[in-house]
Amino acid sequence: MTLLKLDNLKVHFPIRGGFFRRVVDHVKAVDGVSFELQQGETYGLVGESGSGKSTTGKAVVKLNEVTSGQILFEGRDLASLSRREIKPFRKDIQMIFQDPYSSLNPKKRVLDIIAEPLRNFERLSPSEEKKIVQDFLDKVGLSPESIHKYPHEFSGGQRQRIGIARSLTLKPKLIIADEPVSALDVSVQAQVLNFLQDLQQEFNLTYLFVGHDLGVIRHMCDRMGVMYRGRLVEEGKSEEIYENPQHIYTKRLIAAIPDLEPEVREDKVQLRKKLTSEYESTYSKYFDENGRAYDLKPISSTHRVALQ
Amino acid sequence: MKKAILQIENLTTSFRIGNKYHAAVDDVSFTVNENEIVAVVGESGCGKSALALSIMQLHNKQRTKSEGNINYKGQNLLKLNDVQMNKVRGKELGMIFQEPLTALNPLMTIGKQIEENLDYHTELSSAEKKNRTIELLTQVGIPYPERTYKQYPHELSGGMRQRAMISIAIACNPALVIADEPTTALDVTIQAQILDLLKDIQSRTKMGIILITHDLSVVAEVADRIVVMYAGQVVETGSVKEIFNNPLHPYTRSLLNSIPSAANEKNRLHVIEGIVPSIAKMDRIGCRFQDRIPWIPKHAHEETPRLHEVGNGHFVRCTCYKAFYFQAEGDASAHDITKIR
Repeated sequence: MTLLKLDNLKVHFPIRGGFFRRVVDHVKAVDGVSFELQQGETYGLVGESGSGKSTTGKAVVKLNEVTSGQILFEGRDLASLSRREIKPFRKDIQMIFQDPYSSLNPKKRVLDIIAEPLRNFERLSPSEEKKIVQDFLDKVGLSPESIHKYPHEFSGGQRQRIGIARSLTLKPKLIIADEPVSALDVSVQAQVLNFLQDLQQEFNLTYLFVGHDLGVIRHMCDRMGVMYRGRLVEEGKSEEIYENPQHIYTKRLIAAIPDLEPEVREDKVQLRKKLTSEYESTYSKYFDENGRAYDLKPISSTHRVALQ
Repeated sequence: MKKAILQIENLTTSFRIGNKYHAAVDDVSFTVNENEIVAVVGESGCGKSALALSIMQLHNKQRTKSEGNINYKGQNLLKLNDVQMNKVRGKELGMIFQEPLTALNPLMTIGKQIEENLDYHTELSSAEKKNRTIELLTQVGIPYPERTYKQYPHELSGGMRQRAMISIAIACNPALVIADEPTTALDVTIQAQILDLLKDIQSRTKMGIILITHDLSVVAEVADRIVVMYAGQVVETGSVKEIFNNPLHPYTRSLLNSIPSAANEKNRLHVIEGIVPSIAKMDRIGCRFQDRIPWIPKHAHEETPRLHEVGNGHFVRCTCYKAFYFQAEGDASAHDITKIR
């Protein structure tokens, strides 16, 4: 079942200039992105910084204004809804942010942080609220006494779990995880990733996983899309993208992943050099004269690539 | 025999908390040779950065105490006074910091920041300095060096800023560069470029590099030797090939298993229980890693863990590695990548 479908989504930010601060141009942060998420799967969105992957994620929860295109969530177009109309959908789509240090209000106790979504949508007595918060703290592996503490009293991994607990309180269907582990150490990262997988099974969640660490994305995601300059350049099952990348940008991205085997590193350096020259010589095959990637064309039933 | 550039012997750096000193770097010894990259690996709080700052002596002297020997060209850096150290710092030893945006001065142009280093250590005329700066910017692969010379840090992208910082570190052709998490704030593609750049510069200047990182895949990509640190101590050290093919210490093996990679794809990742002890609360008797591997019997640990040589320059602390196995939590042992290989 299709849970979320993006259809030709565009997010353009105006550049203002001149005497009257008139709009002189646009930054095309997301420029025609389309993909679908099935119920219960994990979809990864990768790309370098500035590729528009976070903007896409934020547009789905309407943290960014959509310029054009559709965001179909269970058949309803979120992009056309007003602020008031979208409110009931906010329960179903929640977000986990990148930096656990800046995404939790330092002046609020854990209880208030986690209960905030509940307070917006449900009328609960303080004791009911406390019970729900403690249940969720228990699920994310923090002690029930933590509710009276402040964010600074926790380590990075624990803070990220507070952020996850907050996103779960309203029993959402879709969670947008914007680089949830890139600020964490490897060992803590493993903890949070395992934990996200457990929660997915328990609550039947669908994840839109935004990240730049391809190792993490490969570990977590069933399908993925590769973004470059606001466009999807390749999309398919994780294995297809890793084993058989077709677009030159995807190839470069995969060649850039450091390998755990020291024996192959010379080959990797050579491979990267080769791909850089291939990128320059075959540029026109992948990008049009404005440097925009072509539209995606299917090369198999699941694998799509932006080719001429 | 390679020429040793820097020899660290029994370095202990302690911080004052209240009235007591607590060692954050505890009896660390290793050598960096010419044209070699030594990687120092560990989680946050293991003393990696404290070690780097001790070598550069950038710690606050009122609150820290460093003992031991840091031999550079026959002199002990710890014995130098501030004036003497200022002549070494930046000229003989360069440093690349983790976060280029906070390490660079936001009110100075890139060109001026590089020239600042040249001002202090060389006697070039201003035209010569400018030439040298442009040459350095070209060397680190900045596409328009003349333009970048006049730009401020905020005008550059993360990768370009890190390149600018590298050019400051190598401005006076140092014999040794300490890179403290140089790629942590960067994307994979940029990370690969920066690592290739460091190797490239090294092949020209034959400098030694101490690479401080928590990312073992970066280590596998560039390092020659590895020093694994846990709770201030060296727990395992050896050549890259040796450590990746035959990791022995439980901490090294756990770290390797917690990385998502092709070998343990779709499996559950290994999680190291507990956290790195804080330096004030640490139990300094016995094996420091034992609390995080509680299923290993107490008698498997040494009372005062020493570094044991297991052959070919490969050292491991404590005897617990002989008894160590991954706890059969779920299928944790099934994806022990050392076994799959």
